[in-house]
Amino acid sequence: MYQYDAVDQEFVADRAREFREQVARRLSGELSEDQFKMLRLMNGLYLQLHAYMLRIAIPYGSLNARQMRRLAHIGRVYDRGYGHFTTRQNLQFHWIKLRDAPDILDQLAEVDMHAIQTSGNCIRNVTSDPYAGATAEELDDPRVWSEAIRQWSSLHPEFSFLPRKFKIAITAAPKDRTAAKVHDIGLMIRRGRDGQLGFEVIVGGGLGRTPYVGPTITEFLPANRLFSYLEAILRVYNRHGRRDNIYKARIKILVAALGAEEFARQVAEEWAKIGPEGDLPDTELARIRGAFATTVFDPLPAVSATFEAAKASDPTLARFARNNLRPHKKPGYTIVEVSLKTIGDTPGDATSDQMDVIADLAERYGQDDIRVTHEQNLVLPHVRLDDVPEVFAQLQAAGLASANVNLISDIIACPGLDYCALANARAIPVAQQIAQTFADPDRAEAIGELKIKISGCINACGHHHVGHIGILGVDKKGEEFYQLTLGGSGAEDASVGKMLGPALPYDKVAGAIDTLVEVYLRERREGERFLDTYRRTGVEPFKEAVYADAH
Amino acid sequence: MPTLIRRQDDDQFILGDDPFTAVADDEGLPPGDVIISFTRFQAEGDRLLAEGRAVGVRLEPAEEVEALAYDLPRIAVVALAFPKYRDGRAYTAARLLRQRFAYAGEVRAVGEVLREQAGFMVRCGFDAFAPADGASPQDWAHAVHRHRHVYQRAADLRTPAYVEREGG
Repeated sequence: MYQYDAVDQEFVADRAREFREQVARRLSGELSEDQFKMLRLMNGLYLQLHAYMLRIAIPYGSLNARQMRRLAHIGRVYDRGYGHFTTRQNLQFHWIKLRDAPDILDQLAEVDMHAIQTSGNCIRNVTSDPYAGATAEELDDPRVWSEAIRQWSSLHPEFSFLPRKFKIAITAAPKDRTAAKVHDIGLMIRRGRDGQLGFEVIVGGGLGRTPYVGPTITEFLPANRLFSYLEAILRVYNRHGRRDNIYKARIKILVAALGAEEFARQVAEEWAKIGPEGDLPDTELARIRGAFATTVFDPLPAVSATFEAAKASDPTLARFARNNLRPHKKPGYTIVEVSLKTIGDTPGDATSDQMDVIADLAERYGQDDIRVTHEQNLVLPHVRLDDVPEVFAQLQAAGLASANVNLISDIIACPGLDYCALANARAIPVAQQIAQTFADPDRAEAIGELKIKISGCINACGHHHVGHIGILGVDKKGEEFYQLTLGGSGAEDASVGKMLGPALPYDKVAGAIDTLVEVYLRERREGERFLDTYRRTGVEPFKEAVYADAH
Repeated sequence: MPTLIRRQDDDQFILGDDPFTAVADDEGLPPGDVIISFTRFQAEGDRLLAEGRAVGVRLEPAEEVEALAYDLPRIAVVALAFPKYRDGRAYTAARLLRQRFAYAGEVRAVGEVLREQAGFMVRCGFDAFAPADGASPQDWAHAVHRHRHVYQRAADLRTPAYVEREGG
């Protein structure tokens, strides 16, 4: 966890104070809603169907217990006792009153948090690997680079009024848990032949109306040249990105129009002019690295007798261990995924009480470290195997022990028409129905990894294009219909899903998913995930079964 | 004479006279100092300068600042247009004028210029402002000086956090 210094603290405090004045000008009538809109959007405050929504930045999905408790408190005092974790590792409160927003920002600033650049056409919160610092797979700690980018991009004087929003993801592991290839910029930390650290730079991925898996424009950028290179990319985009059509304004459209090669050439030309002056000094990178709280791991045996015995006597714990634990870099430790996909609940929601439980667990058993995943779950990255039975028991008591991470009921869904002014259709109840359909945990485990992602409109906040099964809500003459896509992936094997066939009415969706799963179970070969089977067989058997049922 | 908010070297803001007349392409040229479009400057700039006038050039967001590079030493003002506040191209133009072309003349923000942009504009090198929201020099100074720290090096002389920290 990065520790703010006085500079960082004063920065967020100044920002909160500025917003308090702006809200006062709005409440007094000095500013119209239209004039105020630009100001609130720069502070993550949206006006939705029923109330204001405040999106709080959780930089690269990293929180400590104190921060989580503060979020719980805000949820209790200013909202309805819960919050919603998003696909960009942020947290949204959906029932906020405008007059409370300044107090909330003050409360956040007190615990080194903010809502800066969680909306607007600027560089948004950086997404990173939720297992950073805990997985043996990584070449470097991506949080260091994420934090450096957070600072560099905060109130950037040149890049705060871009053609459109701009999202960066960084991963340092071959297994991509950030969806880097569908971000405006995806940075993958690589090691050069001489051992030097660098980045593969992917630009112009994205979802929305025109989904793209981003092309690589640089195979290896030396790590110490990152910031001048980012400046070059952003400058080319700021100057040449389209501003005449909001749906064609993302950088992916510019990259596709120019071609990746020509875009890369323009960036290289600009980069040469900027030179090393645009880079962050190594001393500052070292300072940021040092400002992360150190984690101290005790030497432990790789196998915990306590844990093994508890698993043997409790099949629910054994199931949890199979599905929600991931290997840690240190023997005797594990990464614990906490599913926010309890069957029947809203994906990504956590109550204030649950947030407090997670905070307590992080403090007692998890080195005061909590992560949010882009798949809307939480992670305790450093838990001793010895402590897993106790952690599991406490999660169970809080209704947080669903053993379904990566399984079919671990569904990503946007807030949809239940909250969002842009949505065409509901997403949450569809997710709930599907989860109910696959409530039998044995069946869910037999099906294995299957990522369902649901968006209530074409803006694709639910990442449906990269779902193994994607579901897109559309409006047909006032009725909710759902378009299914198959074969998408947001991981290292990224691809955009293909449409299955005509959209289905609301009450047919869960049944269609059931049919797709049955086809997969019939067709699959040893070791194949749903995605692998689909990629091998193509769409035909799936299409035939779903639309045969429809007739 | 119309007025402008001007930034002074000590980073204070005052109301200053504007000796320039902004002239549209379809208007006749009045006597005195003028700000004209880049197109018009290409056609008439030499003559106007020869008459001893001070000449400013207005650049629209799509016009590239590089095209002006050769003429910069004889241009008194570069007026960068914000047709909408959310069109951020002029920030890049201003930074390049100051940092890449070392332009020392006035860089003026015109169009939908609002106090909320003041901090960004000053950091990118703007030093004259024609606000569209009735903001006073006090409002401008308040907005510009609000943040005690900045994280990046830009066209102004503010010390970025990473340098500030080395000092601490």
